[in-house]
Amino acid sequence: MLLNASGCLDALAAPDVARQLDAFVTKTITPLPREGNAPPRIAETAHGMLNAIGLANPGRERFLAEQLPRLLELGVPVWVSVGGFCAADYAETCAALDGVDGVAAVELNLSCPNVDEAADSAAEIVAACRAATRLSLYAKLSAAHPDVAAVARAVAQAGADGLSLVNTLRGIALDRALRPVLARGSGGLSGPSLKPLALSAVHACYAATGLPIVGMGGVQTGRDALELLACGARDVALGTVLFADPDAPRRVRAELHDAAAEAGVASPEDAFALAHASRKRPGKDGKRPSLNAPGALVRSAGRGPLEDASARARSLPRPAHGRAQARERRPRPAGAAEEGPQGGQGSDRADPR
Amino acid sequence: MPRAHRRRVVGAERVGPYTLLRLDRGPLDPGAPGQFFMLEAPGRPLPRPFSLCLAPPGELAFLIEPVGPGTEALCALEPGDEIRVVGPLGRGYRLDVARPLLVGGGIGIAPLPWLSQALGRPPAVLGFRTAAHAEAAALLPGAEVVVDPVLVTDGIPSGLDLLACGPEPMLRALAARWPEAQLAWEAPMACGYGACYGCAVRIDGELKRLCVEGPVLSGHRLVCHVPGPGRETCPKEAAA
Repeated sequence: MLLNASGCLDALAAPDVARQLDAFVTKTITPLPREGNAPPRIAETAHGMLNAIGLANPGRERFLAEQLPRLLELGVPVWVSVGGFCAADYAETCAALDGVDGVAAVELNLSCPNVDEAADSAAEIVAACRAATRLSLYAKLSAAHPDVAAVARAVAQAGADGLSLVNTLRGIALDRALRPVLARGSGGLSGPSLKPLALSAVHACYAATGLPIVGMGGVQTGRDALELLACGARDVALGTVLFADPDAPRRVRAELHDAAAEAGVASPEDAFALAHASRKRPGKDGKRPSLNAPGALVRSAGRGPLEDASARARSLPRPAHGRAQARERRPRPAGAAEEGPQGGQGSDRADPR
Repeated sequence: MPRAHRRRVVGAERVGPYTLLRLDRGPLDPGAPGQFFMLEAPGRPLPRPFSLCLAPPGELAFLIEPVGPGTEALCALEPGDEIRVVGPLGRGYRLDVARPLLVGGGIGIAPLPWLSQALGRPPAVLGFRTAAHAEAAALLPGAEVVVDPVLVTDGIPSGLDLLACGPEPMLRALAARWPEAQLAWEAPMACGYGACYGCAVRIDGELKRLCVEGPVLSGHRLVCHVPGPGRETCPKEAAA
């Protein structure tokens, strides 16, 4: 499944771009309206860009009344990105979305570098939201944390259904006179320079939790998307590339199949988790890949709305293929959540490669 | 709706210190005067916004000043090179004006040749930093030209419909005296089609995206590129 990274597309301003996606992720919604940070808000860097938009959004009330109904008319499943400044902020928005028909999932923005972060821990926020909604909850984490896998395990324990990896990383760009370009001073780094960090975070969090992951960070081409799949992402989101190329979803989807062939795998979904030592390349030795082990992936199967959301949110390699996903839906054995497919303690150094 | 097209460079001519970059038009619509296109800046992560300068048959022409790595890369393009082009984007000039006067400053003259053609060659006044920059006035035959320290705003008579583009101090000076003037502003833009929220400026008292609302706005709508108050805080945060 191909999505946009939150904040990188306005589906109402560019519905044709949104319709190229399998699901549209909104800009982060906070309880109260926010006009965002002062301009200048963006700066180009050598291999990416900085943004300090500051969660500009119309606030929960106006979003629910004015924007969401129009978004749901686009015919694209909608994921709502939810933000706030304490656990209750997030949970109230989740509760308000709980009964809304057509919302496929909620992404909890736990890692915006452009506002002062919520004082509550990621796990506290996820737990509060879990109690407030039956919707599928994806926790969006930052690779800035020294042990992102530990955060991933904590949010998994708190009830997250999936992970979105990664958010931008804080950076500064200076102008010719050596002053920060951005009015806020620092901003979130995105674009190609983020890709190795994204691959590493996806790799570590897949190993640690086995949760479904939306991988993002520097994806420009089908090969980039394939690499995220190989690290353990089930879905891929496009961010900065959308700014330069509004046809990127169509293009990346087409390139993905060629990239799989060039990598020697039959189809993109066969690349899933191949970067993990325990995952054998399919077809070479006649053995089924370790992914086939019952319950290798999903710990939260059986939660109704999640099943619904996932059915809509088929994995990147589009329909017809879906075998890996069918396997993923099997329930995990008790305790497996803490172990992960590496069979170790979920350390992000479990893979000797 | 924004679609990306790869277009071939058919010419790149020097006009004073600027470059007139001509692209094969292909299926692209030139749009209305004052609308803009995002041009891929070779080797750079983000494209750059440029208003259309001229629309010769089968071509789209953009006036570019090399001021940074992106514009320098665009000015270095040669016939046969290809770049990604997205547009036309944004809202251009309203053409329902009775007594138009075109006012341009520096690289801000870029949209005026195409606008002049659409309006039947109305009078124009152009201002430049130096005589070398003023060579670009050749793109708008018949225009009155002033060079610093004379300012374009010095001798504008009343009772005219102003359509302008230029540096921010010039636009602010025009807005102060002619609130109904149509002014083309600029702001840093990553996408040009409302996706990035990078080009937000204070319009009608709120931070709004210039690429969606403009870039052409009536003088009274945009105050200036200043931050506003009103940052949301959580009680917890406020107490901290």
